[in-house]
Amino acid sequence: MKRQWLASPYIVWMIMFIVVPMLLVLFYSVTEQTADGYRFTFDHFRRFVDPIYINVLFRSVALALISTVICLLLGYPMAAILASKEYSRKKILYMLIVLPMWMNILLRTYAWMTLLERNGIINTILSFLRLPPLDILYTNKAVVLGMVYNFLPFMILPIYSVLSKIDESVIEAAQDLGGNSFTVFRRVIFPLSLPGVMSGITMVFMPAVTTFVISRLLGGGQFTLIGNLIEQQFLSSGDWGFGSALSVIMMLLILASMGIMSKYEQEGGGGALW
Amino acid sequence: MTDKIILELKNVSKYYDDTPALVNMNLYIRKNEFITLLGPSGCGKTTTLRIIGGFEEADSGDLLFEGRNINNLPAYKRKVNTVFQKYALFPHMNVFDNIAFGQKIKKLDKKIIQENVRRMLRLVNLEDFEKRSVDSLSGGQQQRVAIARALVNEPEVLLLDEPLGALDLKLRKEMQIELKNMQQKLGITFVYVTHDQEEALSMSDTIVVMNNGIIQQIGTPEDIYNEPKNAFVARFIGESNILDGFMTEDFLVEFLGRKIKCVDKCFPGQPNVDVVIRPEDVKVVPAGEGMLDGIVRSVTFKGVHYEMMIEGQGFAWMVHSTIMAPVDSKVGLRVDPNDIHIMRKEAAT
Repeated sequence: MKRQWLASPYIVWMIMFIVVPMLLVLFYSVTEQTADGYRFTFDHFRRFVDPIYINVLFRSVALALISTVICLLLGYPMAAILASKEYSRKKILYMLIVLPMWMNILLRTYAWMTLLERNGIINTILSFLRLPPLDILYTNKAVVLGMVYNFLPFMILPIYSVLSKIDESVIEAAQDLGGNSFTVFRRVIFPLSLPGVMSGITMVFMPAVTTFVISRLLGGGQFTLIGNLIEQQFLSSGDWGFGSALSVIMMLLILASMGIMSKYEQEGGGGALW
Repeated sequence: MTDKIILELKNVSKYYDDTPALVNMNLYIRKNEFITLLGPSGCGKTTTLRIIGGFEEADSGDLLFEGRNINNLPAYKRKVNTVFQKYALFPHMNVFDNIAFGQKIKKLDKKIIQENVRRMLRLVNLEDFEKRSVDSLSGGQQQRVAIARALVNEPEVLLLDEPLGALDLKLRKEMQIELKNMQQKLGITFVYVTHDQEEALSMSDTIVVMNNGIIQQIGTPEDIYNEPKNAFVARFIGESNILDGFMTEDFLVEFLGRKIKCVDKCFPGQPNVDVVIRPEDVKVVPAGEGMLDGIVRSVTFKGVHYEMMIEGQGFAWMVHSTIMAPVDSKVGLRVDPNDIHIMRKEAAT
């Protein structure tokens, strides 16, 4: 009983800054202000069912998915290298991956802007080598690049932590029973690392689908994602009702994908996937 | 056991960062032999097994399988299977899939796989456990699954790395008998690693005693116990009284200040010897009737016998006897010349 009291500061904090704001968002999303006060309405949600907005949602999900897949393809081998015997003692590689996470996302994204500029460092080097310039700033490609760059550590670290905990003798047992490297990976290492893969996917997909900084800076505002749309409603249009409705939709999207992920995670543990 | 040699290690050495794990090891293993590598931890027995299994590469020397050099053959191509110390079962598979793993890799027919797995489950008495997850099994059951998983592939040689180490005494004894029966029934060569001398004595055809990466003695359990080659083997296999002796002529050894008859010849040029006497070979007789007299310092009841520490002639004798002599009483000690084993002094280590 006494120990539970120790949680009270956090509970107060949580109620003030998480529960109450969420309820407010929910409240704004289903009400509109009239002369005599607030009136219940579904108009904000109905407004969303418009090809323009559906497209925004679709684009957000698509770019986040692409980034997640690229993160997985880059991050898994990296995690495997980190977890391998040769590197596990050398902390430098691990530091290099974790270090950028300590810097502000805004800073890192601005850095990419200067790198990718028409007369930026990358293009200067390319023209010096007499190669055609890379003109991807303010395109989808730059947004994906920014997402992959910013969220890659979130893919690497959970996979690394699962891989490094796999009992070496289990891998040896698989070799002993006749599995070559590929079979051992496919039948033992990968299935055992699925929980890490799942949490990596979740941890990359969630921030990617909700980002507005990366898309605004590297997409130049031309490629609006759902995060930008919400930002606009609150900061420029002042349409809190619609903004709240969009937020609720996004939250439902996140909850749904989390639900899917946790389902696969359990199945992965049972080996049913393979 | 046949005389055909199936596996041979020739001058195999292995170092970990300059620390020797195996030094110039030579060993041959015959078909259907139950051979045990016995020694304290760090003696190189597990390293030997891992080299045979293909998980570790020797720094020098050759490994021959049926006469062919397999130094560079990867683990998955070797006709040996391993039962790992902590079983190393696949946690994401059930019992059936664990056992079927090797067969599925070989792409055998589903029906044949099922038949083989069921046969193995019968052999290890786990018929109803097919669908169980391995986490839900007890240590002994996991152990059986690990053995079945290795045996189902019909290996020429089965490597066992302290497979019973995690089991309690009663289960360990049962599994020892079961393993031995299986080995005889299936006619598979077993290479068994243990630090438990009793286990080694009761199961093996041949025991290889190792220390510091060097083979100390190879022989049948009887040889190893009755005729230990040096003081290390004597001390490691069973308990021993080891005394400093001096010997310049055959069949007469001098220790504790007296000359006593024995049955061994002396080593020319090496007068300093170890005299080894097993505690059960020291007979307790009334004072004055033995070789020497001593005072009983302690008595411990061990079940079948009493273990007594008897101080005589400045040496603390360990004596196993079914007859108890009370503490502080004066007794005589007698040793038959047949039971006095003379060994070359170990090189200073």
